Amino acid sequence: MGLPLFPVTEDPGSNFLSLLAKSGAELPKFSSRDDLPHRHGTTVVSIKYDGGVIMAGDRRATAGHSIANRAVEKVYPADRHSAIAIAGSAALAMEMVALFQVQLEHYEKVEGVSISLEGKANQLSQMVRANMPLAMQSFIVLPLFCGYDLARGVGRIFDFDALGGRYEETDFACVGSGAVHAKATLKAGFRPSLSESTAIDLVVASLYDAADEDTATGGPDPLRGIYPIVAAVDVNGYRTISESDVVARFESVIADRQAQREVKS
Amino acid sequence: MSMPYYVGPEQMMKDKAEFAQKGIARGRSLIAVVAVDGIVLVAENPSRSLHKVSEIYDRIAFGGVGKYNEYDQLRVAGVRQADMKGLAYSREDVDAQSLANAYAQYVGSVFANEHMKPLEVELVVAELGAAHRQTQLYHVGYEGTITDRHDFAVLGGESSQIADRMLESYDATNGLDQALRGAVAALSGPDRSLSHEELEVAFLSATNGRRCFARVTGGALEALLSEQN
Repeated sequence: MGLPLFPVTEDPGSNFLSLLAKSGAELPKFSSRDDLPHRHGTTVVSIKYDGGVIMAGDRRATAGHSIANRAVEKVYPADRHSAIAIAGSAALAMEMVALFQVQLEHYEKVEGVSISLEGKANQLSQMVRANMPLAMQSFIVLPLFCGYDLARGVGRIFDFDALGGRYEETDFACVGSGAVHAKATLKAGFRPSLSESTAIDLVVASLYDAADEDTATGGPDPLRGIYPIVAAVDVNGYRTISESDVVARFESVIADRQAQREVKS
Repeated sequence: MSMPYYVGPEQMMKDKAEFAQKGIARGRSLIAVVAVDGIVLVAENPSRSLHKVSEIYDRIAFGGVGKYNEYDQLRVAGVRQADMKGLAYSREDVDAQSLANAYAQYVGSVFANEHMKPLEVELVVAELGAAHRQTQLYHVGYEGTITDRHDFAVLGGESSQIADRMLESYDATNGLDQALRGAVAALSGPDRSLSHEELEVAFLSATNGRRCFARVTGGALEALLSEQN
């Protein structure tokens, strides 16, 4: 590979996507039938707490009515202080995540500073918008983006529609086929300035309820040891919550639900 | 009709080399040193934003001396090449050698081009070793020469005197902190001392996570420099 140098007036600057386009390495745009079998990822949720944001997602990918994969990861660090989770067409979503991660790091290295959190959300909105022709053919990708805004000292959550519309949420957000069920649980339990631990409990309960109602959302799978991924982003950056911690919280959700079912004598 | 003066190829190369050397010697120097637990890059640079030392990729750093606009253009091209390669293949396929070769090809082709002035730059591409790869420093000269080093590389003006001083203090068993102090002593020489405000320092260290590159600035750098070897 030669050095990607450009005449001054045609230089793509710190934008990785326009660099790809100018290098002729742009990803192919294709049109297809909307019944082409492809994999789908489902429920992802995000909630604010005092000092940061939680992002979590189930692990199931479906192809039509079958389970295509039980251990898909839908929650990723976007960079040091932000997280991205994806719902929708799995192949396109994973490609979008990979490009988004490279774009943020590329900008940071070329410019020497990070993009603002809002700038990152706008970048993502443009990528969703660029996918619109495919979204019209049912290959839809809906990301959920959250992060710690270092300039403002708060956690922030952004969700998107298929046209690339970017909406900031004040408390929590859910995307994917189980979102409506997860949202009901989050809505009932949300309070301003939750502690990190309570926020994680609430997110775990919301994913449990989504899996309980929606066939495309995977619940905890003790047989294979597969559990939803939960991550927190605060002033110190992105970190994944340990699986043993997540397992213990699912067990307590199940114990709670069992207690509710016991007939009071 | 006027005839152009004839200049022999030997004379032309000599003139170009002299031109590039003069340009490079106007700037301050830079040292990259391999330590047991990483790589130290240290440059004499009073600016806090116009960097001589930068991050290219997870385990690769860049150092440049000479004309800022020229080596910064090459730095950005390096970040681009690395990011595109990492996306097309895998993160572990991005290596310093192919980047150093691309730099050498480009710098060499500009030097040989009769219609262009030579680039007044010297570069180092440093790579922290991994399971399948050795720790390496690639030194690229203004005429496109490339050398690989496993100990240290000195770039810029009085590089031979600085290299002599560096050789005296160099010890392959030094840690990052000791290697830094040795490099700063070699840069400053016996007649002056450089404060942390006149230096730009970065470490490539596996303790920094996936992205091994980290700048050392302000109080942290001052504390490191004030310790004794």
